[in-house]
Amino acid sequence: MRRARLRLSGLLWRRPWLKALGLLTPPLAAFLLVYLGSLAVLFISSFWTVNSFTTAIEHHWTLANYRLIFSTAQPYLHIAALTLEIAAAVTLTDAILAFPLAFFMARVAGRRTRAALFVMTLLPLWSSYLVRVYAWQTILAHDGAINWALNGIGLPDQNVAYTNVAMWIVFSYLWLPFMVLPVYAALERIPDSYLEASADLGARSYRTVRSVILPLALPGVVAGSIFTFSLTLGDYITPRLVGGPSSQFIGNVVYSYIGLDANIPFAAAFASVPLLIMGVYLLIARRLGAFEAL
Amino acid sequence: MRRIRKRHLLGVAVFAAVVAAFAVPAAAVQAGSGLPTKIGKGEGKLVVIEWPAYTDPSFANKFEKETGCHIVRHDAGSSSEMFALMNANGGGGGGQYDLVSASGDASLRLIYAHDVKPININLIPSWKHFLPAFKSPPHNTVNGVHYGVSVQWGPNTLIYNTKKVKPAPTGWSAIYSPKYKGKLTVPNNPIQIADAALYLEQTKPSLGIKDPYELTRAQLTAAAELLSRQKPLLKRYWNYATDEDASFKNGDVWMGAGWPYQTLQLQAAKVPVKEIVPLPTTGWADTWMLAAKAPHPNCAYKWMAYVTTPKVEAKQAIVFGETPVNPLACPYMNKLQKGSCAGYHLNEPASYYNKIKFWKTPIAQCGWQKANDCMDYNAWQQAWTQITG
Repeated sequence: MRRARLRLSGLLWRRPWLKALGLLTPPLAAFLLVYLGSLAVLFISSFWTVNSFTTAIEHHWTLANYRLIFSTAQPYLHIAALTLEIAAAVTLTDAILAFPLAFFMARVAGRRTRAALFVMTLLPLWSSYLVRVYAWQTILAHDGAINWALNGIGLPDQNVAYTNVAMWIVFSYLWLPFMVLPVYAALERIPDSYLEASADLGARSYRTVRSVILPLALPGVVAGSIFTFSLTLGDYITPRLVGGPSSQFIGNVVYSYIGLDANIPFAAAFASVPLLIMGVYLLIARRLGAFEAL
Repeated sequence: MRRIRKRHLLGVAVFAAVVAAFAVPAAAVQAGSGLPTKIGKGEGKLVVIEWPAYTDPSFANKFEKETGCHIVRHDAGSSSEMFALMNANGGGGGGQYDLVSASGDASLRLIYAHDVKPININLIPSWKHFLPAFKSPPHNTVNGVHYGVSVQWGPNTLIYNTKKVKPAPTGWSAIYSPKYKGKLTVPNNPIQIADAALYLEQTKPSLGIKDPYELTRAQLTAAAELLSRQKPLLKRYWNYATDEDASFKNGDVWMGAGWPYQTLQLQAAKVPVKEIVPLPTTGWADTWMLAAKAPHPNCAYKWMAYVTTPKVEAKQAIVFGETPVNPLACPYMNKLQKGSCAGYHLNEPASYYNKIKFWKTPIAQCGWQKANDCMDYNAWQQAWTQITG
């Protein structure tokens, strides 16, 4: 037994590629088979149709699903645009909110304050997603905390509950930690000497932020935006819970077509749209250097 | 496992021979269709997809004790979820599920997808006492073949906050009128199109709507237009019954379409709400359907027989807030809750039931037109996405 082990370790030492192969095969196989494989199946099935009487899938190739999605007489482009708009708004909001916080954590706060801020940023992630969304439902409701506070200082009610604005607020809250962390990592990596050099060259703090810190932090912001953007793009629960009568996301349509309608080919076709959007987004993000900041 | 199946096969063969020998007229049971003619010994287990509380322990515990069939529950939140579960893993319940408590918007879908199989209705003793409307309703019986047994039903109701909505509403026009703009809610479900169609059947006879579930393209378009005009009046579409409850509770919503279940929940929470059932209305009727690959068919038959007995029907009706299909449940209901038999309309004449249009899956075949040009569920789903998108 011991000799066999020795022989194996000797072999692995003599042939380092064998070691690499052994280490990489399981995760690579899982990635290729489970992840890319299911994506491929999804994509292929989007070119099929369904028999709307028996709900059986009919395997002849057609572009009908895509034609329906890209037809302007249909609501699907509009729904995709709404999803995209909210995802962009959430990303922008989170970037604006996260930058000062991350800057303070990385460059100003002492060790204990930093630790406390870290815990506070991550704390919401310890509770269930649903709990947080339902909490917002109560906060925004007609008799919720916001209206209570507004009325307390003599202001009229807000009517944000069940609107697209409510979705924007809730998504921005949900995904903020995913923006704070990469921005923090990027800011922390900026050497102090750069800032000193900037000051030595006569730059005021505004100029230093604009010309030194922001460009160096940008990859972090873009990395964070990948999270906030893609998480919003794929969500369907928040629109159901806090959205209004016109708050359908791509995910909601996919969900309803998979259910009683059993039109999996169409759902697959529509699900390819966010995939396409994310593909383009990742290409841009790579150009901006986001992957070095992850 | 194999032994059971062998015995089962043998049983089926024997029964088929018996059926052939006596040449039973093909009324409900078609000769040679392989339907069991008696319920065998229980398999010890029963796996169901159900609306929450449809196998409530308050009445299911007794069944488990008597039959030895231990119930495993999978609660579903929507008809979509039920259908998806039944249709997964090769369909027919995937060899995992025995029964599903399908509502009328899903039941035909399950039948035509071959996810459920015919049952011998004569093995359900209470069936012959059922109200006529629920013996062979079009949502669970096709060409005289029963694909399950009706269990309970309820009307779609108009719920309103008595403090805010004055005077009280009198008809369905209330949810299409701008008077309470921004304070209304209706279900997020394509079957809601039938409500609009039924309303148009009354208010716009020129459209020629005969059945709110069998709409031609023009009729579907008209119903969708009505719903598109309704959308700006709504606070939200509700997905789950609890969503609607929450919106009534916190004052976001004053009036909406719902079920007696929500009214009961809200009244129990001391929210000042009442409901009316403006006739005609749509309604739902649920059916216990037998999965095509049910692994425990005997326990399933035992459950269908048990749950339709008057006492159990009464109990389930009170627990869930719905109406039995077995009128013999009436005295038991009154015993459990005074006046509940009349309260849930179990004592109404047949003419009352004709005014409730029960959910059924829209299919292309129009019974009233004897043609194939009605809009099917896929068209309804597309129209609904268009309305809510």
